[in-house]
Amino acid sequence: MVIALIILGLVIITVLFHLYSPWWLTPIASNWGAIDTTIEISFWITGLVFIAVNCFLAWVVWRYKHTGKHQAHYEPESKKLELWLTGLTAIGVIAMLTPGLIAWAKVVNVPSEATNVEAIGQQWQWTFRFPGADGELGGADARFVTATNPYGIDPEDPKGQDDLIVNSHQLHLPVGKPVKMLLRSNDVLHNFAVPQFRVKMDLVPGTVTYQWFEPSRVGTFDILCEELCGVAHFTMRAQVIIEEEDAYLQWLNSQPTFAQTQRNPAPDLVAGKQLYSTCAACHGINGGGLAAMQAPNLSGLAAWYMDRQLRYYREGVRGAHPADSSGQQMAAMAKSVPKADDLHNLLAYVESLPSVAATSTLGGDPARGAQVYQPCVVCHGANGQGTAALQAPQLAGQADWYLYTQLKYFSMGWRGKHPKDQYGSQMRLMTSTIQGPQRLQDLLAYIATLPVSGSHQEQLARATIAEGTQQP
Amino acid sequence: MTHIAIADQTAHLHHPKTFIGKYIWSQDHKVIAIQYSVTAIFVGLIALLLSVLMRLQLGFPGQFNFISPDAYLQFVTMHGMIMVIYLLTALLLGGFGNYLIPLMVGTRDMVFPYLNMLSYWFYLVSVIVLMSSFFVTGGPTGAGWTLYPPQSILAGTPGSGSGIVLMLLSLAIFIVAFTMGGLNYVTTIFQARTRGMTLMRMPLTIWGILTATILGLLAFPALLVSAIMMLFDALLGTSFFMPAIVSLGEPLNHEGGSPILFQHLFWFFGHPEVYIVALPAFGMVSDVLSVHARKNIFGYRMMVWAIVVIGGLSFVVWAHHMYVSGMNPYFGFFFATTTLIIAVPTAIKVYNWVLTLWLGNIHLTVPMLFAIGFIFTFTHGGLSGLFLGNVVVDLPLSDTFFVVAHFHMVMGVSPIMVLFAALYHWFPLVSGKQLHTGLGKLHFWGTFLGTYAIYLPMHYLGFLGVPRRYYALGDTSFIPESAHVLNEDITIAAIIVALFQLVFVVNVIWTLRSGPRSVRNPWGVASLEWHTPDVPPAHGNWGDALPTVHRWAYDYSVPGAKHDFIPQHVAEENVEYEAGGRRVGEGE
Repeated sequence: MVIALIILGLVIITVLFHLYSPWWLTPIASNWGAIDTTIEISFWITGLVFIAVNCFLAWVVWRYKHTGKHQAHYEPESKKLELWLTGLTAIGVIAMLTPGLIAWAKVVNVPSEATNVEAIGQQWQWTFRFPGADGELGGADARFVTATNPYGIDPEDPKGQDDLIVNSHQLHLPVGKPVKMLLRSNDVLHNFAVPQFRVKMDLVPGTVTYQWFEPSRVGTFDILCEELCGVAHFTMRAQVIIEEEDAYLQWLNSQPTFAQTQRNPAPDLVAGKQLYSTCAACHGINGGGLAAMQAPNLSGLAAWYMDRQLRYYREGVRGAHPADSSGQQMAAMAKSVPKADDLHNLLAYVESLPSVAATSTLGGDPARGAQVYQPCVVCHGANGQGTAALQAPQLAGQADWYLYTQLKYFSMGWRGKHPKDQYGSQMRLMTSTIQGPQRLQDLLAYIATLPVSGSHQEQLARATIAEGTQQP
Repeated sequence: MTHIAIADQTAHLHHPKTFIGKYIWSQDHKVIAIQYSVTAIFVGLIALLLSVLMRLQLGFPGQFNFISPDAYLQFVTMHGMIMVIYLLTALLLGGFGNYLIPLMVGTRDMVFPYLNMLSYWFYLVSVIVLMSSFFVTGGPTGAGWTLYPPQSILAGTPGSGSGIVLMLLSLAIFIVAFTMGGLNYVTTIFQARTRGMTLMRMPLTIWGILTATILGLLAFPALLVSAIMMLFDALLGTSFFMPAIVSLGEPLNHEGGSPILFQHLFWFFGHPEVYIVALPAFGMVSDVLSVHARKNIFGYRMMVWAIVVIGGLSFVVWAHHMYVSGMNPYFGFFFATTTLIIAVPTAIKVYNWVLTLWLGNIHLTVPMLFAIGFIFTFTHGGLSGLFLGNVVVDLPLSDTFFVVAHFHMVMGVSPIMVLFAALYHWFPLVSGKQLHTGLGKLHFWGTFLGTYAIYLPMHYLGFLGVPRRYYALGDTSFIPESAHVLNEDITIAAIIVALFQLVFVVNVIWTLRSGPRSVRNPWGVASLEWHTPDVPPAHGNWGDALPTVHRWAYDYSVPGAKHDFIPQHVAEENVEYEAGGRRVGEGE
């Protein structure tokens, strides 16, 4: 008796939950309304079957419960009833499958006017590539990947020279124009998913996959990797910004071409040293930093990392929070080096400075800290040497008070919360693994034990050898 | 059925004399079944604990120090693999299959008892190898239970060194164990049925186990070869599944392999695996419903054909797991159609279960409660499968919590409801004691309502687009704060459900130690297994002579008969009829 009532109750609860649940499909922002329609049709059909079967079940249990007064009927089968039920089920299935397959036919047939845009997934970042003036993307392959050509674009292919490289996790697309996303990975499986667009497709290394859609409204939407791609899978996110054609074109034309990203003139270290004299006031002649001035250790940092941070400072991505006073100071300083050539020379000079270890100022247990450091290894390296391919800076030798402050800023959202700060947002997700001041201190004590010597390049080479000898 | 005369004699049976021969290196299918069941339930409890740990992270991110992103993925992976392979497959086929086949078809043992014994010991070795991965450097693999390469064997994934190697080795050993057991089940059912036990008189339990075993024998080799190929890729540097790759900035020496090839092989095994679990459950729940409703199973022949058709179709639907894998999208048309066609025989089974209860005489025993619960959860899980199978609907829902909720309803909760129905139903036969009814009901309500509280709302997180296998959701533009609250509630429900399983453990221990002896055949079952000379059945099962079968297994409430069931081995002339009662033929 109780179970009959409860089955009935569960049916009612399920229906009410469905009707009043605040958790539902996000408002659609693409042309794939047919998907939502198919879901709705499926809900009507499966919902009716769910209600009918379970209400009948509840009634049967209530009506034919053992009372000692009746005997069960003996009727092995009823062909007529079974045929009817089979037929009705088949009709229900056809009613769901037909709109589904019609919609799928649209999914597999990409309109010829769709613009090709490439999304490149690499653990755990997104970048994008647009065809240049020739309207065609150049060839690409994992085998072309080098430190200066991180996305593996064929350097010899003339079609690729004018391709526009979006070295950011923010993809801009025009509203109302069909786009064919070409999906490419150089390492493992990834997945390009935008919930509001109802699209999702894996990136498969060794091949190029695709899917198409037409954004239907202006806005900013999350791109998520939805195929498990390693330990930092959950941090592999990007954004697609849908805007009017004019704004989109303006953005697109400000992106560098592949050829431009490959230009790397020899730096003038003398000029760089001269420019550095301003910085030396706080960061020290040897770049070792000065706790009293809240200036971190620059020696051992890679040029690409400092370049990105200076850009962030200039653009208000970093150092804009009112609580980050030294960051605000740095933002002002960053604007004093506006010329690309100057910056190039300056950073080349700083990168050439030999690494010096900052002195440790905080207590903590390095042995316990080694455990806390485990999630960091995959990007920052077992020796804290950093990994250019993962955009992860060197940590070895860095002042512990500085790391403490930055990790605190990440967890408070004072750093890394800006929508343009892709790596900062990854760090924000990762700092959730530290948990608690004691573990943070232990972590910093451990990082302070990581060996430091020589220039950034020597440090990298030494760390690689050290890692090699650790392996059997 | 050719050697009945020999099978009648017990002299050639190798009766063990020592404790070790009887209980450790036993060749008795019943002892092997218990060994399989105890091992499977033990690892199942570990997997249950892992699911609670993973739910703690999802419900309360940042609250538990020891759950790092590595550990979270390892919990997810090991929970899934243990539950699907080492619990469900092992318990349903190695446990129930072993125990019930010889008793239900009327034979003294499996046809290859020694092979049967080896099957268990290989299974145990596979479990030990799997568990050892918790103690190696880097821990167990965290690649997800699907183990997709390249990431499963590359740095950047937890356990990509020893962990994945041990996982693949363990699977290979498990498959050897399954093959030895499976060949036994199929041969026994086809060759060793007793007099009169025609195929169309077999209980549906046997039909389910038989079809599932054939599926397993055909599907597991695909997993075996993919495991071996991946081992070669990881250890010998071959490139079956590995294209040219730059891993964490380092170019690797692989070239030309295809990650999608692995997915095809995996799901060519993986989808039949769903039915390897589901079909024995379908069979057993049919028998439990029929017995406890005192009514024949409705549409027996249709039920048999549905099992066989579902089994056949399960080999042509595998790529519905791969709609968004990057395979040729035109495959979607074919696989969506075959997938939705499978709904028809499956729906027939659901209708026939309910129609079995209809006009019945329903005894709301603990096994019956679990069986009714199963109809509800399976209906829900089956219907949500129609969303995911319909290729275009899979686009927004794939890789979200909708998928997690769907497959837990359909192949987690539902088979487990049947497993509990079966455990409560056959426990008196196996042990001679009946599990405590009050504790059983408590266990049922906690499990049934608790799991629905977990999985009903989880579907809606999927509609929202919350991705699965995320260590933390962080800030997004589309996941509202309320979804985090919902995640907390789901975690609390999961902990409650896990605690309710302790009620079952307590019930089993208490009953075995101090429960009263059960009466013989307490549920009044017609099929053969309850009609052995000794309960629990002794070695050789049938005493002096094998039973002769005269009817199907579902003669319940036959009009005019004195009792409300007629055992399968009772000849028509021996049936007691009430004065003036009508005589009827077999249901067949």
